[in-house]
Formats: sequence, C-alpha cells, structure tokens
Amino acid sequence: MDIAESLAQLALFADLTPAQLEAVVHTFDEEVFAAGQRVLRQGLSGGNVYIVVDGEASVQADGRELRTLSRGDVFGELSALTDQPPSADVVATTMLRCFVIPGPQLEEFLLERPRVLLRLLRMEARRLQTAGEWRQ
Amino acid sequence: MAAITGRAADRPFPPGRYDVVVVGSGPGGLQTSYALRRLGVRHAVLSRDDAPGGMFRHLPIFQRLITWTKPAAPVPRTSREYEWFDHNSLLADEPELKALVPGLMDRSFDLPSREEMAAGLAEFAERAQLEVRYGCAWEGTRLDAERVVLETSDGEYEAGAVVFALGVTQPWRAAVPGLEHAAHYVDTTHAERYADRRVFIVGKRNSGFEVAQGLLPWARETILASPRPVETGALALSALRVRYLHPYDEYARGGPGTYVIDATIERIERNGDGFRVLTRGTTWDGSLTFDVDDVIAATGFRTPVRDLPQLGLVTVSDGRIPALTPWWESVSLPRIYFAGNASGGARGVGKRGAGASSTAVNGFRYNARVLAQHIAEARFGRTRERPSIAREDITPYLLRELSGAPELLVQKGYLCRVLTAVDGGFVDDGIEPVAHFLDAGGPDAVAATIEVDGSGGIVPTIYVRGRGGVAEHELQPHPLRRYDTEPYERELGSRLRDVLGSRSPG
Repeated sequence: MDIAESLAQLALFADLTPAQLEAVVHTFDEEVFAAGQRVLRQGLSGGNVYIVVDGEASVQADGRELRTLSRGDVFGELSALTDQPPSADVVATTMLRCFVIPGPQLEEFLLERPRVLLRLLRMEARRLQTAGEWRQ
Repeated sequence: MAAITGRAADRPFPPGRYDVVVVGSGPGGLQTSYALRRLGVRHAVLSRDDAPGGMFRHLPIFQRLITWTKPAAPVPRTSREYEWFDHNSLLADEPELKALVPGLMDRSFDLPSREEMAAGLAEFAERAQLEVRYGCAWEGTRLDAERVVLETSDGEYEAGAVVFALGVTQPWRAAVPGLEHAAHYVDTTHAERYADRRVFIVGKRNSGFEVAQGLLPWARETILASPRPVETGALALSALRVRYLHPYDEYARGGPGTYVIDATIERIERNGDGFRVLTRGTTWDGSLTFDVDDVIAATGFRTPVRDLPQLGLVTVSDGRIPALTPWWESVSLPRIYFAGNASGGARGVGKRGAGASSTAVNGFRYNARVLAQHIAEARFGRTRERPSIAREDITPYLLRELSGAPELLVQKGYLCRVLTAVDGGFVDDGIEPVAHFLDAGGPDAVAATIEVDGSGGIVPTIYVRGRGGVAEHELQPHPLRRYDTEPYERELGSRLRDVLGSRSPG
C-alpha cells in the first residue's frame, strides 16, 4: 500500500479527493521512528505535526504517561498552532510511522483544506471531552 | 565461499571476515572508508563499478552540479573553514588530500561540471590510496544475531556491521498507469534527441527541471506536470535556483510553448508513435489531455536495497529511502547502516520542518565521518580521544564554532558540537547528531548548532543538558553571522552560568 492509499483510510483525510490527497503526499513526507525514539520534545520549540499512520506512541510529561496514541491520532498540532513548545514528550513505543506536516506549514495546510480543518476540530473537541486535563 | 579467480586474487579485500564492510565507491563509500581507516577499523570496500565516483560517473545528465565550489575564498584551501566554500570535495586531515575539486575546475562557473566532480573523487581515491574491490557486486544478504553476511559475485563477506553507500540512484517511477512505457530521466542522455519534439515531463523536482532546462534549446514544446505546485519561495532558497529555473520563468511570463502544470497524471496511453497523457488539476478544476512525442518520468530515484526489504528493512517515501536512526542505522535491521545520499533517511530533529543537507555531498561527507566514529566506538569499543577544554575557553570556543564550523553551517540543526562535563571539567565530544544529543540523556553537556527560523533566518542555538532535561537558548542573529564577539560572549556566558558555574572551583 502506498502512502496515498494509507492516508486515504484515515478519518482526517476522508473528505479529500484522490487528486487532492496525491498533492498532499507530494508536498509532505512520512517518517519512521524506532521504539524508544522521541518524536515530540517537551519544552523545545519548533516541533512539527504528526499523524500516526502505523504503530503506537506514548504521551509523557515529567515521567508520567498521560495517554497513548495509535493509528489516526494527531499530535504536535496544538503546539504548532499556538507557537508554544509542547508541554509533553511523545515517544514511540513500537515502530512508529507518521505522516509529518512541518509546524510552520500547518496553518496554510488547514486553510487550504477546510474539511480537514473541520475534522481536526472534531478530534480536538472529542479529546477535550474525554481527557480534559491533558494539554499538549 | 566461491572460488577466487586469478584476477580476483590480485584485488584487495578477498571474500572473508571483516569488522565492517562498506558497499559502494561513490563519495559516500570513499568518505566512510577514509574515516574508518583513520580510526583503525578493519574493513573491506566493495563496488560493482570498475572505478571510483559512483553516480558522478553518469549523472547529472545535463552535466553541471548545483552545489558550489569557490576556488577563491577568504580562507586557505587547507583550512577547515574552507569546506564551507567547497561543497564538493571529500574531507581529509592531510593537507594534500583536502579541497581537491577546486584545483580541477576550469572556473567558468563556481559549480563544478560532472567531469570535474568525477575527477575530484578519483583523485581523492588515488591520493588517499583508498583500496576498493572493484567489479564485486553485492547480490544477497543474510542476517543473524551477531553478523551480516553479504553474498557477492566474488563470494561471501561476513561482518559485524555493513555500511551501504549506494546512492539514491535506482530509477523510480510513480504509480501512474502507463508511466512504465515512458523513458526515465536516466534514459534521456543527449538533449538533441528531442529536437523539434513535444515533450511531457512527469515531475517538478530537481530532475524534472534539470531535464526541462536541458531540453529548452531543442524541444518544440515542454510540459512539466506533477500534483504539487512549484513553491517559488522555497525554490529561491534551494540549490536548484542556481540553474534549471528557466522553464518556470518561461511559463510564468504567460506565453505558450513551455508549461508548468499542477496536475495528477491519471493515465498515459500509446498514441501512434507518441503518447496521450490524461491529467486532472490539483490547484485548478478540470482536466487536460496532452498529445506528445515523448514522456519522461522524472519521478526520482530509490536506494538500491536489493533483498533488504524481504529481511525486514523499513523504508519511507513509498519504499524509496531506508528509515534510519539518528546514527544512520536501519530502524529495523541492526548493524545495517547507510552512508551517502541514503543517509537522508535519518531525518534529524527537523525543527520547524527544516531539512538537513544529507542528500548532497556537502552534508553527507560529515554524516559519514560521524558515522565511522560511531561505529568504531559503539561496535568495536575504539574510544576516541576527547580533549579537555578549560572552563574559561568554553564560551569563546562555542562562538567560534557557530561562526565558522563547516559541519554546523552545512548540516543546520542536524549536527552539533558537544562539550560534556567529566570529572569536574569539560571535554570536547566532537560532532554528534542533534537528535541524539536531545534525546539520549547523559551527563551535563552543552551543544552548539545553527538553526533556521520560520522565515529562513539563521539562528545560532545552544542546547544545555542538565538534570532537568535539555534547555534551548537561541542567540540573537547577526547580519554577518559572526558570533565570536564580546556581546555574544556576555550573552552566552550568562546562559551557561548554571552549567559552568556549578563546577566552578571558586
């Protein structure tokens, strides 16, 4: 399965046409992390936005696990949108494959794709409902 | 083991057991072998080619590189600082091996021609007396817990670690129906073949623009198409801007003849002696059909990894590039390392999306040197010398590094200079990947690197590792990028006060 097919199955991109999705795949790339590698770094600026394509990761702050992430989850977006360093680490707990959108490009990416923006908002809303105390 | 022929017996590195095997004799392989030899690591170098130079013996097709070498510079060619002015020579410690490319250039451009680059690599291999077993093709691989076995045309090689430096040179075609009938970039060879023809180029990255540029004096019409729009802002800061942008210039002026189209290529069909290309817009609504004489797939390249995916090699970019740890080891196959262009598979921290220069000689020559050191230490226990540095010298040393260290200037945000606290003092740990420094933990330490901010500005950055984790200090930018001055000493001194002061004898 190529990247475009794999992304097409994620809720975040469900509204994009194949041509739009292909343009996304041509603009950004994926990255794979070994288990134990840190992906998002607490307190350090300039992080990117990650969409989990495969594998699992753990959100940790000050040595405590806050939640786990798996296929379809997005992380790093709050810090990219607010231009603040993440308040938690994200560490791969298995081999982790993510699609990566550079932090500074998130705003334009979402404004050009309002349906993706809406889906992301819904994900954030659900996250607030179920885990209100956690802020990335 | 296969029988060794008379010819093979005269060649270096007969099949057998080595600490490390390096596969490839392009710039990545030569740089790795040079660095391993300096560290005293016993290794073999194998190459299917019959001479050094790798891809520069064939590519780029239109004969000029996009990375600079400046024969004249404000520093001597034998200095470390000169490496910033010469992005194409391999690295060496001996003066007679340094900066070989500028001496071979005719100086009609500050970008070497393909022949000048190839000659520089051959000269390096010759002068450094780097031994390579040429004409020896890697054909298969076996792995077990302790070793890697390479099956080659000459027999079997066993090693504790293998470094593949094979470039990203195997033609790759995007999954477009019918694209298999098209020529690939590597098949274009002579531009005059396209005289008075209508040419459709699939791809708008380096190789697409390079081909289009080469065809402008010959082709009747040139169409470049791919889904992603050309980002002129990004291109203006990329090495590509130096050449190859005339096709875009012609299109941007609004007339017919040369087109740069944002479209998905839906299908390519045979059409008499030519082709019909069906496209659908990505940044505009609708579809367009092109009847052309030629289609060229400029959809890029992949790393030639042979049977490694069957053994579990994990890749990125639709299988084109191995996914690597910060030390350029496969994330899934231990003891399998990549040097050269494929070292770009270790993406680094990618702060604000910034990429390293690992896919060009200027960057991967440093990766290779750091990799060799890592292999020597981590796999063979060869600890390197770590000179001590006096506490009062730390601030000026880091500022000098930020002002002129070529590793930091080229591999921005990717490699850093590290000083580590040991026994009440500090030692110079050399150059390490930034991702390793940030994530591996360890004793108190300071790292210096050069980063790029959201608008392309150059930001000297210091990371301080202490008990509470890593803190980040971005220093003020400077228009001349000179940080070895009193105001910076004061600023950095105050930021380092905690880490330096805590061990102060009083």
